[in-house]
Amino acid sequence: MTATHFTEAEVARIRADVAILSRTVRDGKTLVYLDSGATSQKPARVLDAEREWYERFNAAPHRGAHALSEEGTEAYESARSRIAAFIGAQPDEIVFTKNATEAINLVAYAFSNATTGGGGGTGDRFRIGPGDEIVVTEMEHHANLIPWQELARRTGATLRWLSVAEDGRLDLSDLDEVVNERTRVLAFTHQSNVLGTVNPVRELVARAQVVGALTVLDACQSVPHLPLDVRELGVDLLAFSGHKMMGPMGIGALWGRPEVLDAMPVFLTGGSMIETVTMESATYAPVPQKFEAGVPNAAQAIGLAAACDYLADLGMDRVHAHEMMLTERLLAGLAERPWVRVVGPTDTTDRGGAVAFVVEGVHAHDVGQILDDQGIAVRVGHHCAWPLHRKMRAVATTRVSVHVYNTTAEIDAFLEALDRVPEIFGVG
Amino acid sequence: MDLYQELILEHSKRPHGAGLRDPFDAEVHHVNPTCGDEVTVRVHVSGDGTGAVLEDLSFDALGCSISVASTSMMAEEITGQPLSAATTKHAAIKSMLTSKGADPGDEDVIGDAVALAGVAKYPARVKCALLGWMALEDALAQAGHALRTADTTTSQPTTTDHRDAPNSTEGTP
Repeated sequence: MTATHFTEAEVARIRADVAILSRTVRDGKTLVYLDSGATSQKPARVLDAEREWYERFNAAPHRGAHALSEEGTEAYESARSRIAAFIGAQPDEIVFTKNATEAINLVAYAFSNATTGGGGGTGDRFRIGPGDEIVVTEMEHHANLIPWQELARRTGATLRWLSVAEDGRLDLSDLDEVVNERTRVLAFTHQSNVLGTVNPVRELVARAQVVGALTVLDACQSVPHLPLDVRELGVDLLAFSGHKMMGPMGIGALWGRPEVLDAMPVFLTGGSMIETVTMESATYAPVPQKFEAGVPNAAQAIGLAAACDYLADLGMDRVHAHEMMLTERLLAGLAERPWVRVVGPTDTTDRGGAVAFVVEGVHAHDVGQILDDQGIAVRVGHHCAWPLHRKMRAVATTRVSVHVYNTTAEIDAFLEALDRVPEIFGVG
Repeated sequence: MDLYQELILEHSKRPHGAGLRDPFDAEVHHVNPTCGDEVTVRVHVSGDGTGAVLEDLSFDALGCSISVASTSMMAEEITGQPLSAATTKHAAIKSMLTSKGADPGDEDVIGDAVALAGVAKYPARVKCALLGWMALEDALAQAGHALRTADTTTSQPTTTDHRDAPNSTEGTP
């Protein structure tokens, strides 16, 4: 049976869990929060979990043998297990990072370290140099572009990319040429944070496997919004951020296949990621500890686990159905306004609830300002995807992005507020 | 809303003196990295010291209504003026925009740019309104006529952000 979106009563209950949604902004206007693609709002359960950590368990996990440290370690590792389960993974396949940006940098620096002989990894898989190619796509967030630009610069490898077509989908006509026997890594986004496009992961992974390239998936905009199983996706590594999925800021994760993580050199080094240390050198702990130097963001990890539990209880299939219902309404409303150009797919096929658009003749900052004046929070600018904006011929876009707590009334309020833009700026 | 006064909309739709012109002594390109606003400013200065005059200020602005209007107002207000006057106006507008609303601006000093006073209440937009003025400051410095505003109170991250931006400055020709 197809999952159904949440009823008004159900959304009301979800909203009651998220205190910030009931505040007002700009002289008493009801907040309409449509910027969850940037960061999501948090339910009380997540905030309570963080608070509970500090009130009951606060001690450095995996260090010391006192009662608090033991209980704290257990709470921290339980968080890892629940987060792993949320994406169909095993606990030891989850490496905590501060966010997806750090997770992707971890992988890029692992390649770097392997190339210069550092980091204690094994195997040639991560060694890269002149003649090798790194492939990304034109729709990447800067977080999944710049780490690879820098890796190419450091190692002499070549950065290549799959282009984006006019309809906001990847142009795969030259996939076999761009992803070839020289390709060492293919890094791409699951769902574009601008276009909303959901990319054909299996097709891309299949090609990467033919040529033996490692696949890295930026799942920042997918893990929070749709049911996801890492084994079904078939990628080698996957990164996501907690704060976009109703979890705290400062926590994210890198998931990886055990054999990939095992072979991968370390990135950040220091305390608690070691096995033995002498003055001259060190050997490193098994995965995931070898990637988690320093005292971790334990409270945030536990908050993220609470967010996973919260979303799992709601049911990710229903979360997705709800967001798609809102997105359909939003796209239909925008289609009725000829002065709006949606940048990205205009129907809900293989797309998520991030919808960017241009009001012809009006800069996105001005659109956002008019909306903000009415209490509506959207993102304006290039959304950390500047090359994509150039490709789509937009200096900047306005982006609406929904989450499970948004309502049809909010979509309608946004559309109504948007109508003030052509009135004020005399366009359309 | 009071931010978008008619004067701002007018300047943004028909920017005063827009288009890059010759001759010029320095040209700079500044961007606002958070939103991709861009402005290219050229300055042509005659004379030296206290007798220096900003003979021409030409620009090409791509951005929101606030940044384009502010640059247009700047061109209208200071083109053909002695550099000493440009210095005063530059300091006055920076003071107004960074005052969080405390400084309403003086029309006698900054002309149409007083219409931008409302921007000061929106910290995210202050950078937009300052973009052209920061480019002017940079262009004059490159032309060997640093604005001696001598104020530390108005120095704020905007300056740093612009300087750190990729290609924020493309030297003198």
